[in-house]
Amino acid sequence: MICLKDVCKTYWMGAEAVHALDHASMEISQGEYVSIVGPSGSGKSTMMNIIGCLDLPDEGEYLLDGQPIQGYTEKELARIRNQKIGFVFQSFFLIPKMTAEENVELPLIYRRLPASERKRLVKEAMEQVGLDGRMQHKPNELSGGQQQRVAIARALVTSPSLFLADEPTGALDSHTSEEIMDLFHELHERGNTIVVITHDESVANLAERKIRIKDGQVSEVAI
Amino acid sequence: MIFQSFKMAWKSIASSKMRSFLTMLGIIIGVFSLVVLVSLVNGATSSITDTISSIGTNLLTVTISDDKDRPFRWDEVTALADSEEFAEAAPSANANVTAKNKTASGSLSVTGTTPGYASIQGLELGSGRFLKKADVENHTYVAVINAYTAEELFGTANVTGETISLNGIRFQIVGVLAEEESTSGFNMERMEAYIPYTTLMRLSDSVKDVTSFFVSSEDENSMDTAENRLTQLLLERLDSDSDAFSIQNQSEIMETMTSVTDTLSILLGGIAAISLIVGGIGIMNIMLVSVTERTREIGIRKAIGASYGTILTQFLIEALVISLIGCLIGIGISWLAILVVAQLLPDYSFSLSMGAVWVAVGFSALIGVGFGSYPASKAARKKPIDALQFT
Repeated sequence: MICLKDVCKTYWMGAEAVHALDHASMEISQGEYVSIVGPSGSGKSTMMNIIGCLDLPDEGEYLLDGQPIQGYTEKELARIRNQKIGFVFQSFFLIPKMTAEENVELPLIYRRLPASERKRLVKEAMEQVGLDGRMQHKPNELSGGQQQRVAIARALVTSPSLFLADEPTGALDSHTSEEIMDLFHELHERGNTIVVITHDESVANLAERKIRIKDGQVSEVAI
Repeated sequence: MIFQSFKMAWKSIASSKMRSFLTMLGIIIGVFSLVVLVSLVNGATSSITDTISSIGTNLLTVTISDDKDRPFRWDEVTALADSEEFAEAAPSANANVTAKNKTASGSLSVTGTTPGYASIQGLELGSGRFLKKADVENHTYVAVINAYTAEELFGTANVTGETISLNGIRFQIVGVLAEEESTSGFNMERMEAYIPYTTLMRLSDSVKDVTSFFVSSEDENSMDTAENRLTQLLLERLDSDSDAFSIQNQSEIMETMTSVTDTLSILLGGIAAISLIVGGIGIMNIMLVSVTERTREIGIRKAIGASYGTILTQFLIEALVISLIGCLIGIGISWLAILVVAQLLPDYSFSLSMGAVWVAVGFSALIGVGFGSYPASKAARKKPIDALQFT
């Protein structure tokens, strides 16, 4: 499903090179629930960007569903993000002037689905996250937990191969966090592949498998 | 997809109405000035050309500059009307004289001519008769005056049979022209009188031989034949010297007039187009601000599957929609303005120039796309990770 081989990514902070990923390798199979943990600055955000096809590695190979990513053009990467990856971000990243329904619909518009099908899929997704009564609300009319549910609905509406969550509970209180993590658990039960990137060990421990990143290097940890 | 882009563009424009309106204002003013100026010029042009064509487009004006010591006589000119190419021919000479009635006086322009003049110039009589051939042959002191002269000097148009003094010589008024309807809106009325050509030769020292005359063809279509025939006749008469005379074609005057007004409307339209370009710069300015403000949104859209092309299209269409809405509002205001002007100046035939409207629409679209493309490509080039991290 996901296969990284000797992936390197270097950023330049002025004259100083920062090795965000240093020959990192890992594999995640279909249907797994994996957490990637590490302190801030460990390179886990870079890992998330590369897994999510938001950025390309400098060196090494990344196979998503068996396909090598580095050879792809910007347009093909956009299509892969749209079809294979469902993002959930720490600060939700909903578009503020659009309603919940429109936010969830957006990836389907980029997929060029007809309006009737979009409507059906959006309704299904909103039902799954338990927000079908809040379709017409704008993000600022929803609580943090509700906004994150909308974001999850936006991720699952395209039936992606991979859910990629970056600190999904980072902006939520502990009670709401639990609800959100329950939702990921539910998604996993239904056979989805889930990767959660976090610095919170308690969130990381909910996964089946834990991968630790430190100074750009990857190591497997037992739960 | 395009439809969706329009929907998104509309949403984003509607979400900040004041800003969108101010952005459009440049385009609105530009389109307004373009459409109104061109429409007004066109309206004035058609009034002027109507006036010219009401005089007749079958008119040839001949000016003799060198008569080769064989002066033209008036009956030589009127004899031209006998040939089948020409309808009428009449000599014409002008002099300014002082006209006097018992009580009133004033400066009057007197034209010495022959009977054919009335039909050539389309003069209409209100009462009495025009000059007769016998008047010309016998140098009689008769005059036909225009209605304005009658009103000025006698206070009434009904003056046939009265006498009028021109430079101290008494003329009998045999006819009064019908009152002119002002078609042009220009008030250019002046005192005019028509007397036999031979009489004018006695009255004025400067008028001796015929140096200028009018010839009319049967209709507009036979103008070229008439002009060719006249040229041929004059060349024969004037020792084949083509510099000794000139023939002015009424339709040529019309063409000159049209080209002058066309130039005028292009000039004014061009000036208005500059204000449209300024409006376009306004759009670019606001779009650049908007792209920066919406960096996060662009990042989100890219993360969930928007490509370079998708974002580019979205922002381009937004710029296009702003400029086209501005254009529509501008056209609407122009339409109202022209309605008002047409009410105030009913003599002119002002109407919305459809040509200018299409130019405005095309130009606005061009400006929207042109000035929108830099901000749009700036938005589309943003890298998703950088855009998402933007705060």
